[in-house]
Amino acid sequence: MKHKEQQPEQPTEAPQSYIEVIDFHKSFGEKKVHDGVSFYVRKGECLGLIGGSGTGKSVLLRTLVGLEKPDQGKVMVDGIDIGPMNERQLIDIRKKVAYAFQGGALFDSMTVYENLAYPLREHFQLSEKEISDQILSQLEEFGLDSGTHRLFPGSLSGGMQKRVGLARAMMMHPEVVLYDEPTAGLDPYNTKKIQESILKLKAKGVTSILVTHDMPTVYAVCDKVALLQNGRISEQYTIDKLKQEPSGAMTEFINGESA
Amino acid sequence: MLTLMKPLTSFTIEMLHFLGGIGYLTRDIFRELFKSRIYWRLLIEQIYQVGMRSAPLIVVTAVSVGMVMSLQFGLGLEKFGGKMYVPKLLAVTILREMGPMFTSLMLAARVGAGIASEIGSMVVTQQIDAIRALGTSPIRKIVLPRVLACLIALPILCAVTNIVANAGGLIIGAVELKLDPGFYLLKVLSTSNVSDYLSGFGKTFFFALFIAIPACYFGLNVKNGTKEVGIATTKAVVVSSILILVGDFFISKVFWMVEKLL
Repeated sequence: MKHKEQQPEQPTEAPQSYIEVIDFHKSFGEKKVHDGVSFYVRKGECLGLIGGSGTGKSVLLRTLVGLEKPDQGKVMVDGIDIGPMNERQLIDIRKKVAYAFQGGALFDSMTVYENLAYPLREHFQLSEKEISDQILSQLEEFGLDSGTHRLFPGSLSGGMQKRVGLARAMMMHPEVVLYDEPTAGLDPYNTKKIQESILKLKAKGVTSILVTHDMPTVYAVCDKVALLQNGRISEQYTIDKLKQEPSGAMTEFINGESA
Repeated sequence: MLTLMKPLTSFTIEMLHFLGGIGYLTRDIFRELFKSRIYWRLLIEQIYQVGMRSAPLIVVTAVSVGMVMSLQFGLGLEKFGGKMYVPKLLAVTILREMGPMFTSLMLAARVGAGIASEIGSMVVTQQIDAIRALGTSPIRKIVLPRVLACLIALPILCAVTNIVANAGGLIIGAVELKLDPGFYLLKVLSTSNVSDYLSGFGKTFFFALFIAIPACYFGLNVKNGTKEVGIATTKAVVVSSILILVGDFFISKVFWMVEKLL
């Protein structure tokens, strides 16, 4: 695939962490949502980000793709601080960092095919045959029937919309995927399908951050988990450690004993 | 005094927000227009939506306006024996003012509301965020085709209004005022000139911007769910209509000064 635009300059020495958030602050009017959030994710790792409703998990995720700006602090992606970047500068970052929206965020005036073709037509110079081949193989990859591509998003189930949204986010072969509650409101079958898709991508070396309340999914796909509480990451464990030594605020949160 | 100051201050702040937001959006639109490629397919779709789908409404409005004005002018002038001036008065009034004004107001109601609610819904369903997250520009993909479509369709619709409204006037002139249709047509063609037409036609480009840009602005600034989509739609129509009505005076004044110079 030939890129239309040049990739930004990469640092000569790859940093250990692929995504790093340092002392992140964000307020909405009077309400201070983040008060010095710091964490990192290594290349190929999957971080589960959990926390009560309204703690700013999705805002943090949106900041990682430049949809929100930090008030203070650094948001590093592959060694580059994306905080001060404008929309044009963010294009190259957004080719590397995909965002899987909670509801899929599919373009409802376009068919599934057009939705999946959109990023390819925008960023790559491909023939219609190449686009079609990629779309059909992507649909297969995400367990969707080949006939799905003719449908409009309105005629898909919630689970299918999420999978199509995920498939669209993956069309540019990103290095990072940010999942915003990918299994929320899904039945066990669709939840399993989403988990399988995330694991498949992880096996390919894709770095990911998963915002969710669904602990079975966190246990199934994540390497480590962080708890966002009172505007900060209050605890962070590897999944193995959490399973072996369940204690502290995170366990209380998981067991529903604290918000 | 303090109770009066508070709403006044919040209104001033809201106005400054609006003006600043419109300024930034206009800058971004022109920046994208000259820097990026245009989505021709989307533009043609929007011209169809704005132009073709508004045409029946515009025709009905125009013929009604032409007929009513002809009747009123006729009734008013008949008392002074000035019925034969109806074609001239009607033609000039329609070409210079009523044609562009009515077309724009109808388009503000139909298209402005449509644009604001459509974009607002896209914001609520995160489609605008998705456009950005996929490394593309909502200004280029969503706003620019709609603004260009209004700029292209409105002058054409205005030309249709001019013809249809005069035709409506001719029907009433012939049927109710008993004027000879040939005489009526001859008067319309001989007394109205190119500057009458251009004066009205030139306004439509400004009116198109007055409709499309606020509609896009209010749509893009929907924040708190579907309830605000309705509010944004209302604001878009009200602001566009006010801009058209108030702006018309200033544009007319400028055109009048230019005409005097020429």
